[in-house]
Amino acid sequence: MAGAVKKEPFVRLAKRDGMPGFKKITIRLLSLIIALIVCGLLIFAITKLNPLEVYSTMITGAFGTKTRIWSTIKEMTMLACIAIGLAPAFKMRFWNIGAEGQVLIGGIVTAGCMIYLKALPPVALFAVMLVGSMIAGALWGLLPAVFKAKWNTNETLFTLMMNYVAIQLTSFFVAKWENPYGSNTVGIINQKTQEGWFPAVMESRYFISVVLVLLLAVLMFVYLKFTKHGYEISVVGESENTARYAGISVGWVIIRTMLLSGALCGLAGFMAVAGASHTISTSTAGGRGFTAIIVAWLAKFDSATMLLISLLLAFLQSGAGEIASKCKLNSYASEMITGIILFFILGSEFFINYRLIFRGAKEKGEG
Amino acid sequence: MSEAVISLRNVTKSFGDVLANDNVSMDIYKGEILSLLGENGSGKTTLMNMLSGIYYPDHGTITVGGKEVNIRDPKDAFACGIGMVHQHFKLVDVFSAAQNVVVGIKRKDGFDLRAVSQEIRKICDKYGFVMDPEKKVYDMSVSEKQTLEIIKVIYRGADILILDEPTAVLTPQETERLFDVVRNMKKDGKTVVIITHKLHEVLAISDRVAILRKGAYIDAVATRDATQEKLTEMMVGEKVELNIDRPEVKDKKLRLKVEHLSCYNTDGLQVLNDVSFDAYGGEILGIAGVSGNGQKELLESVAGLQNTMPGSRISYYSPEDGKEHELLGLTPKKIRQLGVHLSFVPEDRLGMGLVGSMGMSENMMLKDYSEGHSIFTDKKKPKALAEQILKDLKVVTPGISTPVRRLSGGNVQKVLVGREIAASPAVLMTAYAVRGLDINTSYTIYRLLNEQKSAGVAVIYVGEDLDVLMELCDRILVLCGGRVSGILDGRTARKEEIGRMMTTYAGKENS
Amino acid sequence: MQGFISLFQAAVFFGTVIMFGCVGEIITEKAGNLNLGVPGIMYLGGISSLVAVFIYEGNTESPSPVICVLLAMTASFAGAAIGGLIYAFLTITLRANQNVTGLALSIFGSGVANFFGGSLNTLAGRFEQISVPVTSAAFRRNIPFLADLGVVGKLFFSYGFMVYLAIILAVLVQLFMDRTAAGLNLRTVGENPQAADAAGINVTANKYFAICIGSGICGFGGGYYVMDYIKGTWANDGSIEKLGWLAVALVIFATWKAKNAIWGAYLFGVLYWMYLYIPGLTRASQEIFKMLPYVVTIIVLVFTSLTNSREKQPPAALGQPYFREDR
Repeated sequence: MAGAVKKEPFVRLAKRDGMPGFKKITIRLLSLIIALIVCGLLIFAITKLNPLEVYSTMITGAFGTKTRIWSTIKEMTMLACIAIGLAPAFKMRFWNIGAEGQVLIGGIVTAGCMIYLKALPPVALFAVMLVGSMIAGALWGLLPAVFKAKWNTNETLFTLMMNYVAIQLTSFFVAKWENPYGSNTVGIINQKTQEGWFPAVMESRYFISVVLVLLLAVLMFVYLKFTKHGYEISVVGESENTARYAGISVGWVIIRTMLLSGALCGLAGFMAVAGASHTISTSTAGGRGFTAIIVAWLAKFDSATMLLISLLLAFLQSGAGEIASKCKLNSYASEMITGIILFFILGSEFFINYRLIFRGAKEKGEG
Repeated sequence: MSEAVISLRNVTKSFGDVLANDNVSMDIYKGEILSLLGENGSGKTTLMNMLSGIYYPDHGTITVGGKEVNIRDPKDAFACGIGMVHQHFKLVDVFSAAQNVVVGIKRKDGFDLRAVSQEIRKICDKYGFVMDPEKKVYDMSVSEKQTLEIIKVIYRGADILILDEPTAVLTPQETERLFDVVRNMKKDGKTVVIITHKLHEVLAISDRVAILRKGAYIDAVATRDATQEKLTEMMVGEKVELNIDRPEVKDKKLRLKVEHLSCYNTDGLQVLNDVSFDAYGGEILGIAGVSGNGQKELLESVAGLQNTMPGSRISYYSPEDGKEHELLGLTPKKIRQLGVHLSFVPEDRLGMGLVGSMGMSENMMLKDYSEGHSIFTDKKKPKALAEQILKDLKVVTPGISTPVRRLSGGNVQKVLVGREIAASPAVLMTAYAVRGLDINTSYTIYRLLNEQKSAGVAVIYVGEDLDVLMELCDRILVLCGGRVSGILDGRTARKEEIGRMMTTYAGKENS
Repeated sequence: MQGFISLFQAAVFFGTVIMFGCVGEIITEKAGNLNLGVPGIMYLGGISSLVAVFIYEGNTESPSPVICVLLAMTASFAGAAIGGLIYAFLTITLRANQNVTGLALSIFGSGVANFFGGSLNTLAGRFEQISVPVTSAAFRRNIPFLADLGVVGKLFFSYGFMVYLAIILAVLVQLFMDRTAAGLNLRTVGENPQAADAAGINVTANKYFAICIGSGICGFGGGYYVMDYIKGTWANDGSIEKLGWLAVALVIFATWKAKNAIWGAYLFGVLYWMYLYIPGLTRASQEIFKMLPYVVTIIVLVFTSLTNSREKQPPAALGQPYFREDR
């Protein structure tokens, strides 16, 4: 008999049974700080800018002037709106990777309304755009939900594919509505007359979007935490068997939740087109549909945290844009930095859920 | 006495706050068949998992063949000649038998499935297995899968085999066949450890019995010196005079009438076949049977969670107005809306009865959250109920908002049973209500069930421990292969009789 | 005929990019990891090869085509494998969610690639258009003599070596999965990690191996795209991202079998370019035609979930983390 005499493993893992809240926050903040240091070093390596200067440049870039503040806020509201829309689906463990497409569809409908229905009175036009974009997004979310509910078709891959169907549909409409002819862009819709544009309040056109998103954040918080629907979503997400036992119709909850999720993403498309860019292109969603998934996930679907993380990412984007233009580099630096920070925050969850037991330390350690 | 092939010394393992094995020291001798006996949750599987490299001990040493070893993963275990057949099979559904056997092995002559098949056939001949090496696992029956697991371990040249609850899923004939194989292996010089909590099997197959209780090693005895009583006593810690109360049945009223109930499971196998019985308020109806003989489907059919076949009927007689309601074809929600007071403690507590990530408080409203017209959930009532149950049943938890997943098994069950009873049921169904619980909690549960009985509730108790069934229940329905093989009076039924009815239907062996 | 030949060729070019991505992702998914970072990884592969040969060609008097090709290949594999390593470390060692990590990797990869792709000239202090003529020419060189064999030559031999490499890799990966012990072990990890572990297979090592090799192969797709498809330049137009997601779609279409990726990739290519050969389409309706690969994938996805065929399902443990002492 070959006795395998080997050393005890150097490090082992054990699951934690929960961790006090302040410790969780400390770990997450720590990971964020380390991430920022790594990014600083990286930027230094590329640009030779002093890291401190890097961060001050980023802050000026994001919050230096009124316009910049508003543009950062605009970015944040877009991201937060999609994340809020995704939250109920993800809480139900329905992997809605299709926000990108749901946003675009909402955007297409909005742009269509702006083009074809500009004769309507402003309030009516607004209502039509709002409702239309939400219905469009909801329908885009409905399709994978129905297949998931009825035949358990993999929703991750289904919603992912729906994004590209939406992107091609957008290309179709861009080609159809292009202005001027041959430019292959839609151009600014109703540039002179501004039908369907969000009016400026408090000197900013983004103000309404901000109010809308804040309102949505509060409503979603209440919806998930205090309503019967929210309760059903939590139960279905935890265990479909328990849900059935409790008398919840799992299929209907999946469909209903995806209608809501899709509708809110469609609403984000409405805000992107009518409230910000006043045009439509395949980059109207601009990858935010994907980024928002990470926002919702990291925030554990809590509205306030989603807003905070969205703000952080929006700040990075504006800030990195500033560095890029200052050093004549391109603005994709922000995606690179966003990626690094996301890696660190994702990795930090490990230290919240597990503890390490090193060789020799055999007692029940608290890490 | 022959030499110890494995020696465990002071082995301790804990999961979070749960101490699964407490300072266990024991020996396994070469060439013996050892039964590792203990109640559910006594730490048998955890202990053996440390030999097979699935878990790593927190403390203690393991010696194999005289050498101290560190078994860090299953590979180390194989190197020591230890192989384990787990209760939950570790097979790949889409692979053939041969692929499953050879996986993870470096063969000297390269990768040749045909040669592997040949070798599998040889093993089959040697020990008396029947197995087609080309057959895919998804086409196999449970017993074939188990055979495959054993072949896998033997193929790897294990001299020490650990079988975890091998008979739980087997019919009596299959069990006999398995025992023949085990005896053949012993003849071949192999050491076999069987994890079990079934006494008659221990006595039938093993040379020696080692007993664990609540994670601690109690003692080992030679099987020929052992009696059922003695083993039970060692297993549960005291002489078993269960002494469960059984109040007289008063005021017996028909509450539930099940007629010709048949259903198929998701694999298309018929799991219930023409089941008929009545349940009365004021009595406890026990349901006995080898696990997996339709108990789960029976309760789930009544609860509205199963698709049943045409011809089945389930009628509920309301205690308020005596009206009859047909429950079949209704969803759990519809059943509740009819005003039917049906409570159900399912077998899978955290996977069906409760939401693990939610606290006690939120779990209280699982079944009636939708009552009322408000779109919001009422948080006050469940909170009050949670505090009530916390106090009444002495639930040990950091707080009513602590996720119930973090509570110990007994406390989880208290929460679940407490909620179901609080719904003031007319019919209360429980499945394996004391599985994995310590004696004290078990008695708490018996007491609660008796209180319900005295209050006029029709209690249905699905259990696995025949002693408990015979002391607690007024009538015992015995299931065998999804059919009712008889309904006995709990006060006069004999254990042997129940045991026979569990394995034979109308004189025929269950197959 | 001319139309058919050019459609066929376009489909082969297009298909080769996603075939690399698909074959790489099949290896990753067979080990139980759904890596939604394929676009990011292909980006990393593309930019790594471009940067490597850009530096080499820029600093060498007469760059050797052989070294150029070797350098580009190594760099695209290594760059992508490093991306895979980040994903593997986060999802396997730190047990982060696979989908979320994959998406983060896509963001990161696209950021890194487009940042360097757009800033390469500035950083290098040169101001002309990025180009790596020697490497690109080497990649695009078709097979002498055979390529001139009329229609047959045009259809089958008018491509750079990477086209054939993709097919060979797909066949090798299929053989590896079906015919070798290591392949069987890898599949076990993806189907049932508990079973693999109990059988003595190192689950962690297998997953790392599969992800890094798989990512490296995805990276070839990025390298091929940059060197051959767009002739050794860089374009910040998001094409690689689109192709990366198509590669993920193709994995589903191929029902996790590398051999199906070969014809599937070309079929996707045909579907994608078909609009060019259908008369009477407006520019707008052409875009509708480009939906076809995605729509077909959705149909395949729905179909496999309806039929419940055991052999056509994704690996059973796809997307699930593994922790041995989980209870």
